[in-house]
Amino acid sequence: MRLKNKDLLGLQDLSADEINLILDTAIPMKDIIKRKIKKVPTLRGRTIVTLFYEPSTRTRSSFDLAAKYLSADTIGISASTSSVVKGESLRDTARTIEAMGADIIIIRHSAAGSPHLLARTVGASVINAGDGTHEHPTQALLDIYTVREKKGIVKGLKVAILGDILHSRVARSNIWGLTKLGAEVRVVGPSTLMPPEIERLGVKVFTRTEDALEGVDVVNVLRIQLERQQQGLFPSIREYARLFGLNKERLALADPDALVLHPGPLNRGVEITPDIADGTKSVIVEQVTNGVAVRMALLYLLSGEEDSHEVTN
Amino acid sequence: MSLVEKAQILDAQGIGRALTRIAHEIIEKNKGTENLALIGIRRRGVPLANRLAEKIQQIEGGSVEVGILDITLYRDDLTTLAYQPVVHRTEINFSVKGKIIVLVDDVIYTGRTIRAALDAIIDLGRPQVIQLAVLIDRGHRELPIRADYVGKNVPTSKKEEVSVRLNEIDGEERVIILGKTD
Repeated sequence: MRLKNKDLLGLQDLSADEINLILDTAIPMKDIIKRKIKKVPTLRGRTIVTLFYEPSTRTRSSFDLAAKYLSADTIGISASTSSVVKGESLRDTARTIEAMGADIIIIRHSAAGSPHLLARTVGASVINAGDGTHEHPTQALLDIYTVREKKGIVKGLKVAILGDILHSRVARSNIWGLTKLGAEVRVVGPSTLMPPEIERLGVKVFTRTEDALEGVDVVNVLRIQLERQQQGLFPSIREYARLFGLNKERLALADPDALVLHPGPLNRGVEITPDIADGTKSVIVEQVTNGVAVRMALLYLLSGEEDSHEVTN
Repeated sequence: MSLVEKAQILDAQGIGRALTRIAHEIIEKNKGTENLALIGIRRRGVPLANRLAEKIQQIEGGSVEVGILDITLYRDDLTTLAYQPVVHRTEINFSVKGKIIVLVDDVIYTGRTIRAALDAIIDLGRPQVIQLAVLIDRGHRELPIRADYVGKNVPTSKKEEVSVRLNEIDGEERVIILGKTD
């Protein structure tokens, strides 16, 4: 079995089988990360480019390490230090990168749909590392991997996504992925940060945090994107923390074995209290490790080629 | 064009006898089982390694560690494969450092699987020695690799395939040659 498309643009387009293939492939990849020699020759001779138009630490370094653990060559291009500042279009930048021999291009861009444009422009595989407020598929895959690893199964779990749903590409990808695998997804946050008609994605919408957390198996806390909060969508950070921050009292409403996820970086004391972020139910650090494993799986799965023969034994 | 059965090389008894002989040879060559560990290559090398370990234990007493090796990520032909192999876990729950490792597979043909397996094991540590046990050697090597223990040498044509069928995986116990029909 293989992925149907040459690109990974979002979880909206993936089938449950494809999601499971990626998650299953990530299991042996995680074993490699835990080894002393964290390197296999699988993608030797392949070139992977990270093209980031927005700042990022963990996603970019996670992709970079994933590529290196599989022996691929990597280069990183940041918009701020490239010809983009000279006015080069995305299409032209992409063609230049492809002409240099890139096999996989990983793009983060503030405009939703940029990875799709790129995928149509180049023959190389394109991976969406976050496009505007649209999708962040690899973050959702690592979230779902972490949940599956801890809980054994995703189907039937109750997952609450807490925070700024409106601006969150992580939330959207998680909703698509989790519902495809049969989880019950609840969303909760200030009504000004709730996209209209979000119910149509198959989620239950809550306005009170306490109601949403009742009996859930997983709480996925979103980062309050302070850089996107200049429009006065809620009165103050303090009020947000009081009404929607995850703290000990609220977490007590969830299942006793509930997991706490957060895509990072954390605003401690805003969307999550430090004792919960560092507590026994938090899997935030493991999410980072799992992110590398999931991205290794993806790079491997997108690197297969059609045609040719088979040599065995 | 499809593959049809041309001949049976080994039956259940034949497989059992070959494995018993290999078990004795492993003990004799290594003067016992001290420091010995078996690693089966997925898929059919795994049940064969388990069976060999059992036989070695029956003969010598004591236990022999067995690991499972998946070589998918070490293949040199990923870009030329028509399908993408599913990656499985490598499960070697012991240190290979300083060990006498006997690598076990069902068939040796081009030698490329074994090359990949050697790379994979060496990435886990530095064994004292690596030996190779196979149930069938069908020739046509593309690399300078040979087995230390062979159940049966079967000269084949490149147009043929050797199919090892084991109870644990296939629900039957025999080795056959498949040939192409026009």
